Amino acid sequence: MSDLNQTMAARYQNNFLKEIEEQAEMGEWVKMCMQCGLCSGSCPTNFQAGWDHPPQEIFMMIRAGKRDEVLKSNSMWMCTSCYNCYVRCPRKVPVTHVMHGIAEYAYRIGQSPKNQPTQHLSKTFWDNCTKTGRVNEVKLTQSLYFKDGIGAGIKKAMEMQAVALGLVKAKRLNPLEAIGIAHKCKDIKGIQAMLAKANELEAQRKAEKAKA
Amino acid sequence: MTSVVATNQTILVVGGGISGMTAALEAAETGKQVVLVETNPYLGGRTVQLYRYFPKMCHPTCGLEINLRRLKANPRIQVLTLAEVTGISGSKGNYSVSVKLKPRYVNANCTACGECGKVVQTEIADEFNYNLGKIKAAYLPSSMAYPQRYVIDSSIIGTPDAERAKAACKYDAVDLEQEEEVISLNAGAIVWATGWQPYAAEKIVYYGYDRFPNVITNVEFERLADPHGPTGGKILRPSDGKEARNVAFIQCAGSRDENHLRHCSRFCCMGSLKQTHYVEEAFGDAGKSTIYYIDIRAIDRFEDFYQKVQANPNVSFVKSKVARITQDKDGNPVCNGVNVEGYKRYATAHDLVVLAVGMEPAVKGMDIPADVMSDSSGFIMADPANAGIFGAGCATNALDVNRSVQSATAAALRAIQVVNKVARAEV
Repeated sequence: MSDLNQTMAARYQNNFLKEIEEQAEMGEWVKMCMQCGLCSGSCPTNFQAGWDHPPQEIFMMIRAGKRDEVLKSNSMWMCTSCYNCYVRCPRKVPVTHVMHGIAEYAYRIGQSPKNQPTQHLSKTFWDNCTKTGRVNEVKLTQSLYFKDGIGAGIKKAMEMQAVALGLVKAKRLNPLEAIGIAHKCKDIKGIQAMLAKANELEAQRKAEKAKA
Repeated sequence: MTSVVATNQTILVVGGGISGMTAALEAAETGKQVVLVETNPYLGGRTVQLYRYFPKMCHPTCGLEINLRRLKANPRIQVLTLAEVTGISGSKGNYSVSVKLKPRYVNANCTACGECGKVVQTEIADEFNYNLGKIKAAYLPSSMAYPQRYVIDSSIIGTPDAERAKAACKYDAVDLEQEEEVISLNAGAIVWATGWQPYAAEKIVYYGYDRFPNVITNVEFERLADPHGPTGGKILRPSDGKEARNVAFIQCAGSRDENHLRHCSRFCCMGSLKQTHYVEEAFGDAGKSTIYYIDIRAIDRFEDFYQKVQANPNVSFVKSKVARITQDKDGNPVCNGVNVEGYKRYATAHDLVVLAVGMEPAVKGMDIPADVMSDSSGFIMADPANAGIFGAGCATNALDVNRSVQSATAAALRAIQVVNKVARAEV
């Protein structure tokens, strides 16, 4: 992974904007930003406490060639995908998608922040739901709660006990999922074949981009 | 009933704002016959609704007076107010145009004495002042209105109010029998100068123009500052009539925005810079202005005007497009956004927020009964296939008064060339 990082850094030298444009999905939109700040101002998250940089600043940092700061930033991972920025951008920059594209690229070349909760969730969620075509909520929750160790996991689970019981009562959560008896897709093989094909196509496309 | 003398050597000018008046005057002063058609009951358009011009900070009434003098002195211009072009047929050098004339219910006997306005009780929205106040249904649209004649609003026709107005008139000027009529006239060339309208600010949902009384538009602010305006020139905010000493201006409210107007409206930066002078003029050092901007586009030779405003300690600039306006418990509008210099969130309360709304061409969506081409913003340009119709002023682009006049003069010259050709052919 870090090899890919070095390859890319070497190839694009001091042109990080070009790197993002060519390698990150939707990266070609970065140059359209006119720094009005409507995206950041419309963001519902409290980025000053939790985020390193709001989207508008990320865009400017890319242009300024701050490669490490951008790729290692937690900002892209804090996006809640509310799409406020996307619908309001005066230049019609798909801000949400650009942020996701940069996040994915940072992850792909091994530069994304380690143990970042959203990143962890994305990966866990993907692995979980692609197994049967449906999400196993109990296992997903477990893997999230116990991310930082057994003690922290038990504490979190106790805190959320009432919510979990409520969900069980409302039949929104099946406790049997813990032992693998869970809802699943009718045609598991079919969906897995589709995902495998999609994966193959994506890998092919990215490999071509990386080679080019 | 209304008779208009027009031949195929006549130039028809549609729109009686600064562009239309200029085109009409320039053409008429070279000896051409001109018919000037205006949909409002008065000439001057949006220019006369301004308090002052930039960059010289003089009053539009001054320029208007000069133009009206030229107009009155020129027998070759026929002015039709409350008139709308409804159909154009024919081709370059030989157009036939139908014009719908709405009744004014007041004839040329009117001396603008105002007796009818005193007796009429019904009140209507004051369009001249962007509906900031109410006026009587028998009214003079503005103090500088030309023609200087009252108008009786059609809403009171057939009511006792209309009879009261008629009875009060000593000059037999009130004519309640007037009816809408459609006339047709000839023209060799047409100048289309229908101007612009302020962008509908309520469409920018996150600024809450239709939710917060103290969020107004730049054109409304002009009326607040004007001594002839609804507040007598006092800058009072709409919610409680308190003096608005701390005023925020939000640039690009609707302009340069693919979701609203995709073009830069050009005049609004200079407009807001100008309006900071109004705040200072009203309150001195106690008047504070804040301009929220993406970048200031003080076009052309106006950079020095911008620099002078920048040097003013009572005016501050925040490089940021405000993302949302909220309202605090005292009714103050609060601007929320992220500052580019440091990328910090701000939530700043002001007494009044002025949205520098952009120019939307009035021709956009208008059913122009002729072939014209328009750009992606709706501004028109001459269609080579129908080369006798020329756009002028803000119908063609987002322009300030100065550039509108230039554009109108150019259009007049093109129209003159068409009718000259007609004249030569007929000799």
